[in-house]
Amino acid sequence: MTQSFTQQITFYTEDHEWVTVHGELATVGITQYAAEQLGDVVFVETPDVGKTVKKGDELAVVESVKAASDVYAPLSGEVVEANEKLADAPETVNEHAESEGWFCVIKFSDGAETEGLMDKDAYYEFCKGQ
Amino acid sequence: MSDITTVSGSRGLQQREDLIFETGCPNKTGVDLPKPKGTKSRLGGVTRKRSTDLPGLTEPEAVRHYVRLSQKNYAIDLGLFPLGSCTMKHNPRLNEKVARMPGFSDIHPLQPQATVQGALEMIDQLATWLKTLTGMPAVAMSPKAGAHGEFCGMMAIRRALMARGEIETRTRVLVPASAHGTNPATAVQCGFKVDEIKANKRGRVDMEDFRAKLEDSSDIAGIMLTNPNTCGLFETDIREIADLIHDAGGYFYCDGANFNAIVGRVRPGDLGVDAMHINLHKTFSTPHGGGGPGSGPTVLSEALADYAPVPFVVKDEDGFRLIEEVDGKGEDAFGRLAAFHGQMGMFVRALTYMLSHGADGLKQAAEDAVLNANYIQARLKSVMTPAFEGHCMHEALFSDAFTAEGIETLDIAKALIDEGYHPMTMYFPLVVHGAMLIEPTETESKAELDRFCDALESVARRAAQGDESMKGAPYLAPMRRLDETQAARKPVLRWTPPSPEQIAAE
Repeated sequence: MTQSFTQQITFYTEDHEWVTVHGELATVGITQYAAEQLGDVVFVETPDVGKTVKKGDELAVVESVKAASDVYAPLSGEVVEANEKLADAPETVNEHAESEGWFCVIKFSDGAETEGLMDKDAYYEFCKGQ
Repeated sequence: MSDITTVSGSRGLQQREDLIFETGCPNKTGVDLPKPKGTKSRLGGVTRKRSTDLPGLTEPEAVRHYVRLSQKNYAIDLGLFPLGSCTMKHNPRLNEKVARMPGFSDIHPLQPQATVQGALEMIDQLATWLKTLTGMPAVAMSPKAGAHGEFCGMMAIRRALMARGEIETRTRVLVPASAHGTNPATAVQCGFKVDEIKANKRGRVDMEDFRAKLEDSSDIAGIMLTNPNTCGLFETDIREIADLIHDAGGYFYCDGANFNAIVGRVRPGDLGVDAMHINLHKTFSTPHGGGGPGSGPTVLSEALADYAPVPFVVKDEDGFRLIEEVDGKGEDAFGRLAAFHGQMGMFVRALTYMLSHGADGLKQAAEDAVLNANYIQARLKSVMTPAFEGHCMHEALFSDAFTAEGIETLDIAKALIDEGYHPMTMYFPLVVHGAMLIEPTETESKAELDRFCDALESVARRAAQGDESMKGAPYLAPMRRLDETQAARKPVLRWTPPSPEQIAAE
């Protein structure tokens, strides 16, 4: 089932990814909160364009001075674009986690999967409980 | 006193030392040999066109270079090492003496077996100790270290699934969040998919999540669990975990890296474990951490015993002999992991450790390791925040909850260097915020533990009070705080000679 979004809406996951859906595409990154928790990001492994992922699959890897963490696909679909700038400038993730520090764009296959995700307020509450 | 600068760049008796490329020059050499006469180069047109630019040093310069570098090292022979057996615990000198006996050190793996009966008997005897201590019927001796042992165990599981005709369908391996990082890596290396089980509030496997993962168990290959886990806690539900994974048709791999805490007290075979590697370089005191080599014999249950890799030692009427082929006695073996028979030098050291301690001594070593860690936890819990309630095993784990705003685990680690200690494990395990993991091991006396606790207690108090000076630590180390972010983002991995312009500018 394909469901497109006419408006741009941002959702959040419990694993601290953000996903902005627009039309049939979804831009994915990690949240400002996650970037702060990780500390200085030193490397991001973005997925190859053309890779198909299921919701919850490992999508990317982010490494900071403290730890290496998996980033999970918030939606199922096909990766259509990856942020190649992160290879030379991983600090973008710390500086602009929820804008220029995006990881990749997924052409998602099931818009209904957004139903389990949080909106900004719910995510903010979720982080307070962490 | 930290502000004093010197002309020489040395600090007291700590000598300044530059890179060997900066001090050496190609015109010097330690050994001056005359050019060989009467030989003709047979290299034809492929002779080297320019110098190798390897640094040249006289013998005393070379010796001083490495001695000065070693002055900058922290070592188990220098002081308490809070990284514990994960990196280095005391290496008894008796082990070294025995390993250097000519009967062990001067033999070759391709020697006729009749001439090395003593060495084979030694491997067999060590195998018997390992099987007895773990309550398991078989052991593969050839894995070269812990992760290699994991590979061995998971390959045995693969082979067992192949024999059952289920290798195509059983592809999922469950790995708890509190397991060692190598566990998921091994599962993937062996062709399995990893499915992570959550940790509960007590730092152990969340049984509810575990049961949920088993609801559809048709694709379950097994579980890889570390016990005691990376939080330094005994997995209290381990018997139930074993039963559930077996009922689901899977196998139980236990990471034995922390066997140090339970040897002589618990036999993994009694817990339902199917495969477990034993780090001889952790539990049985052989050297590692910058050389080693490691050694990771892997014990196997009845269900996996036949699939143990070759070679292995058997005894018959003619004495000891090695089964080298996947044939006859080794017909079900999953193959071979290493060219020869394992880390012989480490086998000798581990067996020496066992025989010099005896069964009761090994048990006491495990108990003392746990006692020492609990002493640290008890002494520091009024100033630091233990990550979990209750007693720990051989490692005490703290979170950074006690620190003032702006001071973090890294600052505590750096301040501890000024107190003369190597920092503890930091930011691991990931399930604890700003984790600080301390493993003192069994060989530290109460006096030494107190000395360490006094130092860490004072650092922790400064962290709780928000002492900003900690952000600049270390002040007394050969190097001040390094820019770790920049080092990781833009690493300089090789030395390049200064350009002529740079030289002219000087």
